[in-house]
Amino acid sequence: MTPVLLLQVMALGLLTGLVYALVAAGLSLIFGLMDVVNFAHGQFLMLAMYAAFAVHAASGVGVALELPLVVLLLFVLGVATYRGLIARALGVATNRGMVQIFVTFGLGIFLTGAAQFVFGGDFRSIGDGMLANRSLILHGLHLPLAQVAAAVVCLLAFAALALISRTEFGRALAATREDREAVALIGIDRNRIFALGWGLGCAAVGVAGVMLVQFYYVSPNVGADFALIAYVTVALGGFGSLLGALVAGILIGEVEALTALLLEPSLKQVGMFAIYLAVLMLRPRGLFGRL
Amino acid sequence: MPTLLEVERVSRSFGGVAANVDVSFTVQAGEIVGLIGPNGAGKTTLFNMIAGEIAPQSGVIRLDGAVVCGRGPLAAARAGIARTFQVVRSFDTMTVLENVMVGAFAHAHRTRTAMAEAAAVIGATGLAAHADTPAASLTPPGKRRLEVARALAMRPRLLLLDEMLTGLTPAEAQEGVAMIRALRAQGITILMVEHVMEVLLPLIDRAVVLDLGRVLTVGTPAAVVRDPGVIRAYLGERYAAA
Amino acid sequence: MAKLPDNAILRRRRRELAAGGAVLLALAVLPLPIADVYTQNLIIMALLFAGLAQAWNILGGYCGQISLGHALYFGIGGYVSTLLFLRAGLPPSLGMFAGGLAAGAAALLVGWPCFRLSGHYYAIATLVVAQIAYLLALNWDFIGGATGLYVPFHAESWGDLAFRTTKRPFHYIALAFAAAAWFAGYLIEGSRWGYAWRAMRDDPVAARSLAVRLLPSKMAAASISGGLAGIGGAIFAQYVGYIDPDSVMSLQLSILIALPAVIGGVGTLWGPLLGAAVQVPISEVSRSWLGGAGRGSDLMIYGALIVTVALLRPAGLASLLRPARRPPPAAEARNANAA
Ligand SMILES: Nc1ncnc2c1ncn2[C@@H]1O[C@H](COP(=O)(O)OP(=O)(O)OP(=O)(O)O)[C@@H](O)[C@H]1O
Ligand SMILES: [Mg+2]
Repeated sequence: MTPVLLLQVMALGLLTGLVYALVAAGLSLIFGLMDVVNFAHGQFLMLAMYAAFAVHAASGVGVALELPLVVLLLFVLGVATYRGLIARALGVATNRGMVQIFVTFGLGIFLTGAAQFVFGGDFRSIGDGMLANRSLILHGLHLPLAQVAAAVVCLLAFAALALISRTEFGRALAATREDREAVALIGIDRNRIFALGWGLGCAAVGVAGVMLVQFYYVSPNVGADFALIAYVTVALGGFGSLLGALVAGILIGEVEALTALLLEPSLKQVGMFAIYLAVLMLRPRGLFGRL
Repeated sequence: MPTLLEVERVSRSFGGVAANVDVSFTVQAGEIVGLIGPNGAGKTTLFNMIAGEIAPQSGVIRLDGAVVCGRGPLAAARAGIARTFQVVRSFDTMTVLENVMVGAFAHAHRTRTAMAEAAAVIGATGLAAHADTPAASLTPPGKRRLEVARALAMRPRLLLLDEMLTGLTPAEAQEGVAMIRALRAQGITILMVEHVMEVLLPLIDRAVVLDLGRVLTVGTPAAVVRDPGVIRAYLGERYAAA
Repeated sequence: MAKLPDNAILRRRRRELAAGGAVLLALAVLPLPIADVYTQNLIIMALLFAGLAQAWNILGGYCGQISLGHALYFGIGGYVSTLLFLRAGLPPSLGMFAGGLAAGAAALLVGWPCFRLSGHYYAIATLVVAQIAYLLALNWDFIGGATGLYVPFHAESWGDLAFRTTKRPFHYIALAFAAAAWFAGYLIEGSRWGYAWRAMRDDPVAARSLAVRLLPSKMAAASISGGLAGIGGAIFAQYVGYIDPDSVMSLQLSILIALPAVIGGVGTLWGPLLGAAVQVPISEVSRSWLGGAGRGSDLMIYGALIVTVALLRPAGLASLLRPARRPPPAAEARNANAA
């Protein structure tokens, strides 16, 4: 194995890791806000990928049009999911933790079925997009343009999330997170904040989905793999921590790439899962989780 | 009377907050001792250390001469320390009888034994009519009573009551006082935190006053209320308000 | 000691035992008039999942530790019994208990580190552990890798749990499994463990102040739960005659094992059976009726059903069976305090 190959693999790991990080950030944001793990998160990603694919097929304009449309769609979907399902799930009298898991889980199954119903079971991708099949050559490293673009956009989306957390709305988010009862007293509508939080979390997934489908195949079941990685990333970084999602996402991307290179491609997930378990044994709340 | 509980130079802080500083006092077997002090004085923290929930950073706590602190709640419970919580913690999916049985299982191994013991305790604490009610649907005073019953079913030697009478109507509080007196008559030693002086002072043998984590004074109720430090730190404002 | 008066708990337990006997009897005669293989299969799968969900319920319901990785124990049970049969000639009627033991031991191994985690951290850790095992199994040639293993067939026999001409014996095997799991739940509910587990599920801090030992309690629940799931896995492997990581260790399966308990009623004696009786037919029927033609409409119906039941019946379908509890009016509680 040459150093160049190692560098090449690590660079690709970083690019992938940034996408993982953004997917995880959406999940983490929602969790941090209201202790809800969205078990349909992977299906939201899958939906975003299909939506981008559909926009592409209909317009052919490219990412510039796909991004805003899909992100808006996912935002609306997130708000609707909160209003229609999650708010109700949080309001049940018994088994709240369990109900919330299985409501989102059922939603995930529903969405998988819906995707199969509409798009069929085939694998699809935007093979002819303007980012497809082009590469960036950098100091001898061969970087697919679509993946570079995805990493850059995801990083920008991260920056946007970080900025949002500094605005008035971000402070309202934080206040809602800290003390749910008290915010009502100072005139913040908890339900509205939660709904917006869901919108925002899903919009982040929307960004990731659009960028992902530029170079990755989409099928009704694509969500499951990414969701699993997202859960691991969030738990590794610490539920509710944006920085944790970023660091853990990159870490997971690297570990995955290196395991595939050094051990065996079919075991690439074993490496990242093992790292996650090891870290969790030492830090039960993840790298940046609040204790 | 032999000494049951010895708290010796116990300290504990959380980050920068010194919740308990060099706290020392003793409780004799069969006594009712009141632990009083303004909000944030460190009363619950002290309870948590006696009950093994948290460990002191320095100092020791002994029950009947044996060290009980820093060994976890299980060791404290086995040594004979039972408690109630300032914020009620009932097992909400279980009935009152089942809640109390959990306490009885601390020494009973057979279900029937635990059930009989729990039924007896429930009778003695005035919850008999509610034996089969889910704990979740008890009223707040009912839940406080349930916590006491659950603790009693463990057959403790020392019972820690954290603001058990707080938030009750005067009539309910008087029932609580009667119950505590009955417990002492059974030979259970009681250390209790309470803010309502009118109820507490006639009930207790001695009072330990905490302020800002330190013991301000220890003495009979009559002596404590006359202590100028205590009046300044605590009673003055309360009595003025009352 | 005071003489124990008859009380609601004892009465309820007597009623439940009687009901359990009656249901067992009914399920024992149920297959006699049914000749249709499709329906027979449906009932066998429902019974199997009733037992599996009860196994899950012991850890997830009574003890409150939401495991999303029970396929691991199911798979271990299946593989151990199949491999013992294949490589050592041990008949599966014995091998399934070896599988159960191995799965129970695995549950202890997983529990030891994972029980230090709480809430979602625990749930996701169990999911990940199971997924690691699944990926390793795919790559492990000794156990057949991704291709899987066929269970050898010598002759129809109870010792080998092998039957080809009729499904009926499997009905009784699955029924025995479901009944054993139900009875385990029944015994636990009435035992010191059952009380300790429910207490720590409701409030661990209060439970440990009452001398409940949290970690040993969880470990005990995990080993029983994992062991039962392992026996279920061994039965499944015998029934299908074939075992591969996708059919016995997948993430989906972990969820399918937990779901009936959730639909039927978590932490209840009858929930898993009820849930399986609803879930298995609906998923099978919608798959065979709609799966081909509707392409995905089966999943839509299934997902919508889970959402609906979870929202409308958060305590599960079993809460329909229980007579509505009268909420004690506040005044009455006051009177009791005065007494
Ligand atoms: N787990 C903790 N972490 C951080 N600070 C704590 C913790 N527990 C207690 N404290 C702090 O220690 C101090 C003493 O708290 P404690 O609850 O013991 O007071 P208290 O006398 O019981 O008050 P109250 O009458 O309001 O119940 C307070 O300043 C509190 O904020
Ligand atoms: Mg307090």
